[in-house]
Amino acid sequence: MLNKYPAWKYILILMALSLGVVYSLPNLYPDDFAVQITGSESTVVADEQLQKRVLSKLNEAGITVLQSNLDERNLLVRFDSNETQLLARDFLKNELGNDYIAALNMAPSTPEWLQSFGAGPMKLGLDLRGGVHFLLEVDMEKALSQKLNVSISDIKLEMRNRKIRYRSVVIEGVDGLKIKFKKSEEMDKASSLASSKYRNFTRRTLEVEGEYFLVLKLSEQSIREIEDYALKQNLVTLRNRVNELGVAEPLVQRQGRNRIVVELPGVQDTAEAKRIIGKTANLEFRLEAKPAENKRNYQQFDFKNMPGRTVLLEKDIIVTGTNVSNANAGFDENGVSQVNIDLDGKGGKMMLDITKRNLKRKMGVLFIEQKSELHKKIVDGEEVIERRNREIRHVINLATIQGAFSNSFRITGLDSSAEASELALLLRAGSLAAPIYFVEERTVGPSLGQANIDAGLLSVQIGFGLVLIFMMVYYRTLGLIANVALAANVILLCAFMSMLTATLTLPGIAGIVLTVGMAVDANVLIFERIREELRNGMSPQQAIHAGYSRAFVTIFDANITTLIASVILFAVGTGPVKGFAVTLSLGILTSLFTSVVLTRSIVNLVYGGRDIKKLSIG
Amino acid sequence: MKNQIDFMGKRKIAAVFSIILIVAAIASLSIKGLALGLDFTGGTLVEVEYAEAPNLENVRKQLISSGYEKLVVQNFGAATSVLVRLSEGFNDKVGLEVISSLSANGANVTLKRAEFVGAQVGEELREQGGLGLLLALGMVMLYVALRFQLKFSIGAVAALIHDVIIVVGAFSILNWDFDLTVLAALLAVIGYSLNDTIVVSDRIRENFRKIRKATPIDIINTSLTQTLSRTLVTSLTTLLVLTALYLVGGEMINGFAKALLIGVLVGTYSSIYVASNVLVLLGVSKEDLIAPVVEEGEEGEGEFEEQP
Repeated sequence: MLNKYPAWKYILILMALSLGVVYSLPNLYPDDFAVQITGSESTVVADEQLQKRVLSKLNEAGITVLQSNLDERNLLVRFDSNETQLLARDFLKNELGNDYIAALNMAPSTPEWLQSFGAGPMKLGLDLRGGVHFLLEVDMEKALSQKLNVSISDIKLEMRNRKIRYRSVVIEGVDGLKIKFKKSEEMDKASSLASSKYRNFTRRTLEVEGEYFLVLKLSEQSIREIEDYALKQNLVTLRNRVNELGVAEPLVQRQGRNRIVVELPGVQDTAEAKRIIGKTANLEFRLEAKPAENKRNYQQFDFKNMPGRTVLLEKDIIVTGTNVSNANAGFDENGVSQVNIDLDGKGGKMMLDITKRNLKRKMGVLFIEQKSELHKKIVDGEEVIERRNREIRHVINLATIQGAFSNSFRITGLDSSAEASELALLLRAGSLAAPIYFVEERTVGPSLGQANIDAGLLSVQIGFGLVLIFMMVYYRTLGLIANVALAANVILLCAFMSMLTATLTLPGIAGIVLTVGMAVDANVLIFERIREELRNGMSPQQAIHAGYSRAFVTIFDANITTLIASVILFAVGTGPVKGFAVTLSLGILTSLFTSVVLTRSIVNLVYGGRDIKKLSIG
Repeated sequence: MKNQIDFMGKRKIAAVFSIILIVAAIASLSIKGLALGLDFTGGTLVEVEYAEAPNLENVRKQLISSGYEKLVVQNFGAATSVLVRLSEGFNDKVGLEVISSLSANGANVTLKRAEFVGAQVGEELREQGGLGLLLALGMVMLYVALRFQLKFSIGAVAALIHDVIIVVGAFSILNWDFDLTVLAALLAVIGYSLNDTIVVSDRIRENFRKIRKATPIDIINTSLTQTLSRTLVTSLTTLLVLTALYLVGGEMINGFAKALLIGVLVGTYSSIYVASNVLVLLGVSKEDLIAPVVEEGEEGEGEFEEQP
């Protein structure tokens, strides 16, 4: 029993530790207060010109700038304090107008040599450091009218299939439809169709000057359901979008009847978040109007990328973005950007039905954006900023239907791969059942104040210190070695979490505390085993060897079992559960390394390869 | 076996003790229920704007003296803007009431908004969380059953459920707020309890294979005695950390520390008395562990030797 490690093992261990130090170092540098400026469209990029403009304007206003950086698409301006940051944000918001988004941000001040390793600090959760808070409002009237529009297309199709002759179908009020007939028999047939197939409507028949009307009104309950559905789908969509942003523990929560709160802890890129969340895009697929079509049945739209060019599309909607189940950006054979779209079952059926009967006709894809813009107005001599919502409809693609298709197809004709991937992202994240608007945006202060965070950190340090002292007193030299491993474990854990840009939350700290406990546990197991073997009469070298190898089985089983549990919690859990699971899983892996491999290597260095009479193990 | 503490001699007393605790926990949970924190119940959110940045602790005291319970006071965006979350259901007057009680001492306070907050732990989270816990339990049982034996996995899971129920029950009995940090602590308790139980089970397995002539109870007693110092040292170090968290950690960590303190104490007890008790109850024997003879530390390197 020589208990010696070959040199390469030491080199590997040292490499692992130095990597740990490098990647955990950025956490020691405090974040700067910053304002981030991003274009409000993917095509508007922050450039040097903008940088000059912003800096000179801030200079004129007497706001001191620490530093400004320009990366691929953002301009980041750093300030020395929170107050300056807030001042600068409000100032820039006014100066830059609607083309750019100016958002509060915390910018890491990682030195360049660390950045060159790709190292950056961990993010702290909203509970530890604050983050972004959005309040969004769902447009319920729009939700109803969208639902009614889909019903109109559906009812028309059903009536045509059943040879029921109608004159027109229009929206009546905010929650009803009005179908006009020439003959009362046709109306009766439609009424019985409605009574069997469209139960969410209440029916009423009318006769006005020899014309027959069937008025369908959404029942109170189905309005509730539609509103509820719109809100729920928006919640799910927002969650997906927020997930696509890569935020670890976001909060997407209903507030009141038609509002949604989005909180993004420790978000670096608030402007991007706002753009992705706020840009409510939807798609409508419509056929191009036939040349001789009645004027009432079509609308004229501009093309998005070709100013001046217009097209006439039928008013009937084939499918909307709501039916889109998946969308991916890609390239076609010629390397041109495209978006591949998958529809759900219902959308696929509708699409097949239409494309089968309309071969060689053209189909247009309408891209609908909701934008809320700020307008200055003078009211009673005072300047008032008013928020207005604008709906922008553009045709992004018009193509001939080459063959019948149903669930899977593609859209080409997008400007750039950036635009394609943005459209795909929005569609994939699920198109909204109803448009949403920002009604509020704020940054949230840490939930119980800096004093509480400080107290929390202090207590972790005290606890950690107590454990170190105990180990040293109880296990002497070996305890000291375990303490080195414990410190290394925390460093490695921080490094891993920084590398994965995991978000540290209170539950995450819980994971770390448990990890510290478990890392100690592994060493306690080993040391107790060594003591036991010494009592059984083994020589110190033998006891070290036996202690490590026997205790390893126990440590392995205990850690694997906990790892299984935490990995599953990670896979199915959300929010705080996930945060806890990440730290715990990583902690188990790092503590296996530090408490078994690292302590063994130090023990071998201290005791290995020579004859020892006594082991300093307490 | 010498130097062995007769743990299992007291196993009936321990069983009665455990059952009393569990019954008390379940009774309190079903009668009183849990004092769910704002995170779970939702409530009313009032945002107020002060003319001058107030001391949050004073704001909290003012509200508590006006009869509000379970509230969260925090800064919102700026130092002068304060967010108050109350457990009261939403009505139009809450905002004005909060303002009137805050401005009672002459402070210049204005109401910015008062709104209803939905429960933070949504339907999805609850469903997924429940499913996740069941799945995790199932997988752990499977792993322990494969590595050890089915009786051991029943023992481990029994100890785990025992610990969780008692911690949650304690929160119910003592009327402590059950919020998201407590939920996190509960997860930590699960990890701790599992770890502790596996260590003991591992020694029991080893001794069943090593010691030829002994009754299962003897072997369990020996194993518990051998691992006792480790169990105590680990519990002690963990308790050291937790006591520091509890005493110094401030309000934010308080609930978390309380839950874990109870969890570690109960977990230590359950690793000695619950898991092993279940093993005895299920009639664990040498035959249960005879299967693959693999010497520790040399897995996969078993040798066959001809018996002389």
